[in-house]
Amino acid sequence: MTPTAVPALLPALPEIALAVIAMALLMYGVFGGERSPRGCAWLAVAGLAITAVLVLVANGDRAETFNGQFVVDGFARFMKVLVLLGSGLATIMSMSYMERERMERFEYSVLLLFATLGMLMMISANDLIALYVGLELQSLSLYVVAAIRRDTVKSSEAGLKYFVLGALSSGMLLYGASLIYGFAGTTSFVGLARLFAESSGAAPVGVIIGIVFLCAGLCFKVSAVPFHMWTPDVYEGAPTPVTAFFAVAPKIAAIALFTRTLLGPFGDLVDQWQQIIVAVSIGSMVLGAFAAINQSNIKRLMAYSSIGHMGYALVGLAAGSQAGVRGVVIYVALYLFMAVGTFACILSMRHQGRLVEGIADLTGLSKTHPMMAFMLAVFMFSMAGIPPMAGFFGKFFVFQAAVQAELYSLAVIGVLASVVAAYYYIRIVKLMYFDEPIEALDQRIGGEMTTIMFATGIITLLFFVYPLPLMNGAASAAAALFGG
Amino acid sequence: MYQAIVFLPLIGAFIAGFFGRVIGDRGAQIVTCGCMVLSALLGIVALHQVAILGQVKTVDIFTWIQSGTLELSWAVRFDTLTAVMVFVVSFCSTWIHIYSIGYMSHDTSIPRFMSYLSLFTFFMLALVTADNFVQLFFGWEGVGLCSYLLIGFWYDRPSANAAAIKAFIVNRVGDFGFALGIFATYLVFDSVNFDAVFQAVPAKAGSKIEFLGQSYDAMTVLCLLLFVGAMGKSAQLGLHTWLPDAMEGPTPVSALIHAATMVTAGVFMVCRLSPMFEYAPMALAVVAVVGASTAFFAATIGLVQNDIKRVIAYSTCSQLGYMFFAAGVSAYSAAIFHLMTHAFFKALLFLGAGSVIHAMSDEQDMRKMGGIWRQVPYTYAVMWIGSLALAGIPFFAGFYSKDLILEAAYAANSGVGAYAFWLGIGAAFLTAFYSWRLLFMTFHGTPRADEHVMAHVHESPMIMIVPLLVLAVGAVVSGFIGYEYFAGGKMTAFWKDALLVLPQHNTIEAAHHVPFWVKALPIVVAPAGIALAYYFYIARPELPGMLVRTHEPLYKFLLNKWYFDELYDMLFVRPAVWLGRGLWKGGDGYVIDGFGPDGISAATIRLARRAGRLQTGYVYHYAFAMLIGVVALVSWYLWRLH
Repeated sequence: MTPTAVPALLPALPEIALAVIAMALLMYGVFGGERSPRGCAWLAVAGLAITAVLVLVANGDRAETFNGQFVVDGFARFMKVLVLLGSGLATIMSMSYMERERMERFEYSVLLLFATLGMLMMISANDLIALYVGLELQSLSLYVVAAIRRDTVKSSEAGLKYFVLGALSSGMLLYGASLIYGFAGTTSFVGLARLFAESSGAAPVGVIIGIVFLCAGLCFKVSAVPFHMWTPDVYEGAPTPVTAFFAVAPKIAAIALFTRTLLGPFGDLVDQWQQIIVAVSIGSMVLGAFAAINQSNIKRLMAYSSIGHMGYALVGLAAGSQAGVRGVVIYVALYLFMAVGTFACILSMRHQGRLVEGIADLTGLSKTHPMMAFMLAVFMFSMAGIPPMAGFFGKFFVFQAAVQAELYSLAVIGVLASVVAAYYYIRIVKLMYFDEPIEALDQRIGGEMTTIMFATGIITLLFFVYPLPLMNGAASAAAALFGG
Repeated sequence: MYQAIVFLPLIGAFIAGFFGRVIGDRGAQIVTCGCMVLSALLGIVALHQVAILGQVKTVDIFTWIQSGTLELSWAVRFDTLTAVMVFVVSFCSTWIHIYSIGYMSHDTSIPRFMSYLSLFTFFMLALVTADNFVQLFFGWEGVGLCSYLLIGFWYDRPSANAAAIKAFIVNRVGDFGFALGIFATYLVFDSVNFDAVFQAVPAKAGSKIEFLGQSYDAMTVLCLLLFVGAMGKSAQLGLHTWLPDAMEGPTPVSALIHAATMVTAGVFMVCRLSPMFEYAPMALAVVAVVGASTAFFAATIGLVQNDIKRVIAYSTCSQLGYMFFAAGVSAYSAAIFHLMTHAFFKALLFLGAGSVIHAMSDEQDMRKMGGIWRQVPYTYAVMWIGSLALAGIPFFAGFYSKDLILEAAYAANSGVGAYAFWLGIGAAFLTAFYSWRLLFMTFHGTPRADEHVMAHVHESPMIMIVPLLVLAVGAVVSGFIGYEYFAGGKMTAFWKDALLVLPQHNTIEAAHHVPFWVKALPIVVAPAGIALAYYFYIARPELPGMLVRTHEPLYKFLLNKWYFDELYDMLFVRPAVWLGRGLWKGGDGYVIDGFGPDGISAATIRLARRAGRLQTGYVYHYAFAMLIGVVALVSWYLWRLH
């Protein structure tokens, strides 16, 4: 029996560190008892920060390990930082909520860490099996987190729905993966890419069908139409900090995975999968725009909004070009700030100590909370894509890529959908600024919330002043994916 | 200096208009009147320099438009024609400004009024000093705008708004012709500068314009189009309907804009363009026929009107007709001469009427006046002077100019000339009749106003009387003084090159050699008209009523102004309203709104409701949707592969 060589561990150092920290925290929580949750949460944030540092200090070259199952490149690093940032902010935002609602449990932070670990694995997946493992690690944690408030029916229902539908989507994804393996003979991304490059874009029918199923599974994760149905119910049912988490980190990870999978192994089959993405993207943008109009719950509204935003991000993916990927990266990065900021506002909506979720509760906010109203207005304008807010640039770059790829109808439909969507975003601004308040929200907003709200608000508002770091980062991330 | 004449009123208007609240009513009056007095004094100096000393000059201020071959500058052109117009405009305008201080003293928005008056004067001066068609058009539209603003000055009166809109729209018809004329001029001459065009006219005479496969004589087409513009502005037959209604404006406005200056812009334009009209005999004939017809037509309506200002308005219309047929028989200098004398006596009559209205507590209906001449001696006297001048009684201003016109018409020795001469004689008789009808009904007979009004009858304040007296002096002496220069021995030296009359058209010269009866006839018919008026309204006051009963259709016909308004209402207004309503309700409301904003928003709401309903909450529905999605995508690929 020959001794197996130990694979190089250095490329996976951030993941390893995060796994160790998460398990250590689990121990800390178990032995810390009642008083541990807040400390646990801060330690989790510290762990995420350490991981982010480890991601950033690694040298910039592409590295593979675990027999090519795991890859680290510029794209992975950029997306990992975004995911870690999203997770960290979500963790911070949830602390005081959990305490106020008497549901502080240290497991929550640990579960977020494991979910984040799964996301990092997804982003670095370089093999269909690695992809599935990362995805399931993330999903299993998220199922539990969605149902973390066991004593309310809504939360439990949300967790259960998410789980059942998630299982279905996993099945589809696995079925697609097995079809691809069956017809192509390999699960390695590199192997697949080489295979399709040799056949110069031709692929057996089985592989095509496999890709369709694979895409269906991934669409579920980014909640794209028609695999979006779980989103509004889960967003509404889950505790609000969980929703905030759901809206950001997993979305970014899934988009990253989606991008790598389609452009890596199946990069030469653009003609084959482009239509799926176009159809899914149009569906998401249109549904996100129309279905949100009648919503009265702001979390449900944000669910449809995120469906729409994922549709826009997929526009860049549909272009299938380096410019398109750059657009996707910029889009999700800016979306991260807008979404986190918006949820910080939503988490600050309290009436007599209780969290409220109705859009009508925002009426006249500008008179009672001028700063918060201003920030929320900035986020809403940004989400609607009004210049010079950050959201405009996100949309601009994906549409630019789409036009360059000659997907004119996709770009036109996208712009029209954003006009419709602007209605419900700006309606919130109208409620805040032009209507008289009925019942004022509570005055006190937590310090963490205010900080997050302002930081993300300023980034959103003033992105156009100094966009270079993000633009360059996104450009090099996209270049990494295209082997440049 | 020349620029100052034009721009001083603009400065006054600017200050009074934008800082009226700061400087107050009195301040606005002082600023605008001060600027006008300065402008008028400079205007007199300019008249002396240009017309007497012969220093004709054009001052370029700046290049206005430069695009391809279209090149024109903003310039102040001072030749005799301009100098005369500048003198008339600035002189009348100044006294009317001063008169307005008294007349409008009870009004609530004095700065606005003074500002509009000054702005009008600026545009009018810009018009008469124009060096090219475009600047002429600029002034033309500017005075139209001010006319609109001033007719509708009392904007809380629906009738004033209606009259303002009517004036504006009827003028649009004329301006459309004018604009087409300018375009055609540019097409033919490749320039819109007067000098360049005038020099090129003899070479272009007889050239053709192709339009819709027909070819027309270029000069005739140009001149007729431009004349349409003149007709609109000068209220000639067909486009005259706005002028009587314009009397809704304050009386000083009627005096300044609708008697002395703006309405004469058409006459000015024809004279200014005499080098073009001279080469379009056909167009000249049209001008003469339209002018003569208007002179007679308006006079007949003036016979039966009861509103004191409307009588004078129709009289204005009629006198403008005289000026046009004078121009039509190439007696341009006579036209301008009459324009000047008319400006004095007609402004005088209007201001006098304003003084009467002021005295009668804003009553304008002559049937409710009478017997007030002792209370308002000055007004009574100046109204007599104005009427004498208007009727052309010897040695008053109108006598010189009107007789000259009639003689020139006779001397033209053509069918058109004869037509103009006889209609002019008829109109002169009618003019005398309605003028004295006005005097007798207003000042003589038994008082018909109620006691309350009669108790209030009073002479106007000095600030209104002085302008009246000044204008009265003008109405007496302007004809006597001007005759030598305008048409007599000093004529050539006076006009120099400002007007062009071809040798074969020299009717002014011929007018001095007409038979004696031609010269005498106007002097006979005027007193006859006065005598008839005396017989009707003083000697036998019951006679007009009887006449009305026996000739009811004719009376109705005249009273309703030859049914022009009714005809236009039927032909243009109602179809336009009908069409507009159709486009509004059907086109805009139903089609554009229905399928545009309203339709899209309704569809959006419907879609939103349906999209919301998709979310049933049942897991198996969701799972089903996912499966359907996969099946659809797979089917799409299988279908595409085959």
